[in-house]
Amino acid sequence: MTTSAGLEPGTPAPTTPGPALPVRPAPPGPFPAGRPRRGRLVRRGVVIAALVGLTAVFVYPFVWLVSASLKPRSQVFDNRIVPRTLTFENYVAVWREAPMLLWLANTVLVTVLAAVAVTLSSALVAWGFSYFRFRGRDALFGLVLATMMLPGAVTMIPTFLIWDALGQVGTLTPLWAGNLFGSAFYIFLLRQFFLSLPRETFEAARIDGANNWGVFWRIAVPLTRPALVVTLIFEFQAAWTDLMRPLIYLRDSSTFTLPRGLKALLDQFGFGGEWHWEIVVTASVIATVPMIILFFLGQRHFVAGITTGGTKG
Amino acid sequence: MTAEPATLSGSALARALAEQEAPQARAARRRNHRRDVRAALLFISPWIVGFVVFTAWPVLYSGYLSLTDYDVISDPTFVGLDNYARLVEDPRIRTSLWNAFVFTAVRVPLYVAISLALALLLNQAGRAAGFFRTAFFLPTMTPPVAVGVLLLLIFNGQDGLINEVLGWFGITGPSWTTDPDWVKPALVLMSLWAVGGSVIILLAALRNVPQELHDAALVDGANAWQRTVRITIPMISPALFFVVVVNTIAAFQTFTEAYTAFFGSGNTTYGNDAALFYVIYLFRQAFEFLHMGYASAMAWLLFVVILAVTLVQLRVSRRLVYLEGDQR
Repeated sequence: MTTSAGLEPGTPAPTTPGPALPVRPAPPGPFPAGRPRRGRLVRRGVVIAALVGLTAVFVYPFVWLVSASLKPRSQVFDNRIVPRTLTFENYVAVWREAPMLLWLANTVLVTVLAAVAVTLSSALVAWGFSYFRFRGRDALFGLVLATMMLPGAVTMIPTFLIWDALGQVGTLTPLWAGNLFGSAFYIFLLRQFFLSLPRETFEAARIDGANNWGVFWRIAVPLTRPALVVTLIFEFQAAWTDLMRPLIYLRDSSTFTLPRGLKALLDQFGFGGEWHWEIVVTASVIATVPMIILFFLGQRHFVAGITTGGTKG
Repeated sequence: MTAEPATLSGSALARALAEQEAPQARAARRRNHRRDVRAALLFISPWIVGFVVFTAWPVLYSGYLSLTDYDVISDPTFVGLDNYARLVEDPRIRTSLWNAFVFTAVRVPLYVAISLALALLLNQAGRAAGFFRTAFFLPTMTPPVAVGVLLLLIFNGQDGLINEVLGWFGITGPSWTTDPDWVKPALVLMSLWAVGGSVIILLAALRNVPQELHDAALVDGANAWQRTVRITIPMISPALFFVVVVNTIAAFQTFTEAYTAFFGSGNTTYGNDAALFYVIYLFRQAFEFLHMGYASAMAWLLFVVILAVTLVQLRVSRRLVYLEGDQR
């Protein structure tokens, strides 16, 4: 510990210590009394107006997509917000043209398994790196972090060969089973949360007779529930939207996930000479809507997770 | 106990006690430590297994494969450094590296500037910030495949939304998705739709800038622009640096949107070389042409390039990033 004499001038007040950084409400403007009220109101008004305009720009492509999916084939490209002819025909057609329900089921299966597997395994590993003290711990944890620097392309081919040797190419297994071994980013994230818990809590549980597993499962895990939810929904999103691995591992259209299926529909109905863009547009909406729902359910956690990963990384 | 307990200071007493208990305590501690190591290894074991099987072995094997000819069907044949020699000669390597560089060099500055502008605006919005933050973040939830589809539709040269809007201002828009000169600009613009994650990071950093610094600058007569450039940006420079590094690495490995829109079984007509990014070319070599050896060599080149770029950024950042004494 150094004394305050050693600190640089202008060292600000310490920032919020915990990893869960709730976004603080904006501080009041400087010198509220010293400035004319009207100037501030005008400025606030200009800011809000600009933000409303930008919001329109950001949200418009969604509106365009949903609107296009409700138009008949000939009007898909007319760029109107409100369809001239409102029809739900495309949603029937896409179900007829492609095994959407199967793709949806495959995606849900892969996504749930991937998210649960990575959350459990990363929590175990993060706990091993935060609660226990042993020689070489920091070096080993450095290795965990170092693996994040390795581009996925380097391990992509040998990993494919492993799944091929195990006879799993063509099945959904390679899309999630790798998650059973933890993932460096989530291990880092969860360790931050575990380290922020007061150690006395665990010592108290020990004295009450809890063993290592009990301390982890009954004390630490319930206390880190918000961070575990962050991990779950991050991985849920990553697994749901992934295209590259389904391209590598899935062969038969009955095993496709939604993104892989959407790519197949694009190849067939978009480029393939058939020009049924209304099918492609509708499938895009179907692949996207679950992510929007996920976001609105877990918005708070997304913000907390991104903030922690971004400011402590 | 000792003869003069009253004159012992607290710490000396503790030391005396510790010395008395030392032998048993040390043995117990050693026993505890050994038990701790065993328990810790048990908790860490999933990662250790995963590291050996899905990182260490693949890294070594990828290094070996890069020295071979391998098509998955027959065994690898050793060819020495041939694959690396071919990397130098292959014009597509140059094209795809160049595409990735251009995309990254144009996209990252725009991406960071827009994220920063949006975060600064949000920081002024008071209670409404949460609502707008949601609106900016929403696009990042869209699956990249769907973003690729959207790109083809709204950047369509004839009746796409973008060209219709340009038409209102009397501008005849280019054929974004078919003209090789306009494919990358379209991909860059489309990728800017997903700035939301960076906006959240930068907004959180802005909220941590101490108000006293602004107040002090205000007293000194600094205007809003000066306060932003001289105080706000230096204070959030670690977060800015993080956003730059992460986005550079991601942009250089861009794959899904461009692959969706310009490659795949159905699409052979468009100007593919303009959208042939390095990772797309690597993917095609590995899994479409089954040149696993060559693709492994490509992967190592990618590793070296990304490492070099990141190291340069780290070095530059040492001069530009302001770190508070203990904020790391």
